Amino acid sequence: MSRKEWPLWEIFIRGQHGLNHRHVGSLHAPDAEMAINNARDVYTRRKEGVSIWVVPSAQITASAPSDKGPLFDPAESKVYRHPTFYDIPEDVGHM
Amino acid sequence: MYAQMVKSEGMKSLEDMTPEERAFQERIDRGEKIEPKEWMPEGYRKTLIRQIGQHAHSEIVGQLPEGNWVTRAPTLERKAILLAKVQDEAGHGLYLYSAAETLGVSRDELMEKLHSGAMKYSSIFNYPTLTWADMGAVGWLVDGAAIMNQVPLQRTSYGPYSRAMIRICKEESFHQRQGYAIMMKMAQGTPEQREMAQDAFNRFWFPALMMFGPSDKDSVHSAQSMAWKIKMNTNDELRQKFVDETVPQAEFLGLTVPDETLRWNEARGHYDFAEPDWDEFFEVIKGNGPCNEERLEARRSAWDRGAWFRDGLSAYAEKAAARRAAARVAAE
Ligand SMILES: [Fe+2]
Ligand SMILES: [Fe+2]
Repeated sequence: MSRKEWPLWEIFIRGQHGLNHRHVGSLHAPDAEMAINNARDVYTRRKEGVSIWVVPSAQITASAPSDKGPLFDPAESKVYRHPTFYDIPEDVGHM
Repeated sequence: MYAQMVKSEGMKSLEDMTPEERAFQERIDRGEKIEPKEWMPEGYRKTLIRQIGQHAHSEIVGQLPEGNWVTRAPTLERKAILLAKVQDEAGHGLYLYSAAETLGVSRDELMEKLHSGAMKYSSIFNYPTLTWADMGAVGWLVDGAAIMNQVPLQRTSYGPYSRAMIRICKEESFHQRQGYAIMMKMAQGTPEQREMAQDAFNRFWFPALMMFGPSDKDSVHSAQSMAWKIKMNTNDELRQKFVDETVPQAEFLGLTVPDETLRWNEARGHYDFAEPDWDEFFEVIKGNGPCNEERLEARRSAWDRGAWFRDGLSAYAEKAAARRAAARVAAE
């Protein structure tokens, strides 16, 4: 094998107008333009999208699985961030 | 099943596990998904690479028997449908290769292992597609058997594999239905067409039953894979389910299941049926099926003859990147 393997790209698709782009998977392509072309064929054969983002996988920085505790556990005790924490008398009406 | 006889690693009891292994097994037992960068036993990783890789190879090689009829489809509509179906299979292969790559194997490595014969693909694709009716039989039976196996795998423990299976299952139903529609057309057609439909059914019935892999009593690697939830049902369970669902569909077509021993067993609530010829199965797996050489040769030659194109696109991408960099410098 003479050549280098094509780089990997992460593919994000906006399913409908008004929605966020969502990660749908990844694919190999030589450059961004081809990544979009390939993503069209691989991930939107049934009109699954109205817009495509492609990002080189190597450019993504991910949190480490071992950091899950320190990152996300602190939110657990902050129940007062949810509306259900507060008892509002029914007489007040919808709030 | 698209992954037959995947070699798994030895099974350990909870007591013999290291604390890490035990925590891992408990996560799986709780129904949690395992994601790529998380700790996993080496055996889990290796077994998954084999299984997902074999599954991906099956999707890719599986294009060949149907690709054989794209240019000879009886109508333009049938041609468009078959082309769309074959294109879906390419997509399935790509979703699965990507899932395998999250386990630390490269795409080129997977390709190389397919081409060298180090990795297998499903035995079913080593049978020839001789008539147009075979396009019906393949969609109905082969995709039907694949669905039987893939639906439960949507709940598999490995996140990327599970997500690939969910995408694939959404697309498979079209495959089976277009196949069955071809069979209906043929079965209701001229006597010659009926005969073609029956002939295709005769040739694909037992190879389709083999797709689920050897009988449970000869299936040595199931226990560990089932504990890890990368195999959700035993081979015989799925084979029985397939037979039970397919027989009434054959009756509707007015076709005869090519098995004289086939009987409804009232007590079991299932059909009794003849096992496929396992010697034939093992021969096909070993590389001695009717089309093994042809299939591998087609894949190798597609890879080799596509090299200039892959290299060309890489060279273009590099030059374009260099041009963009130069333009940036000039603009500063
Ligand atoms: Fe498929
Ligand atoms: Fe399919």
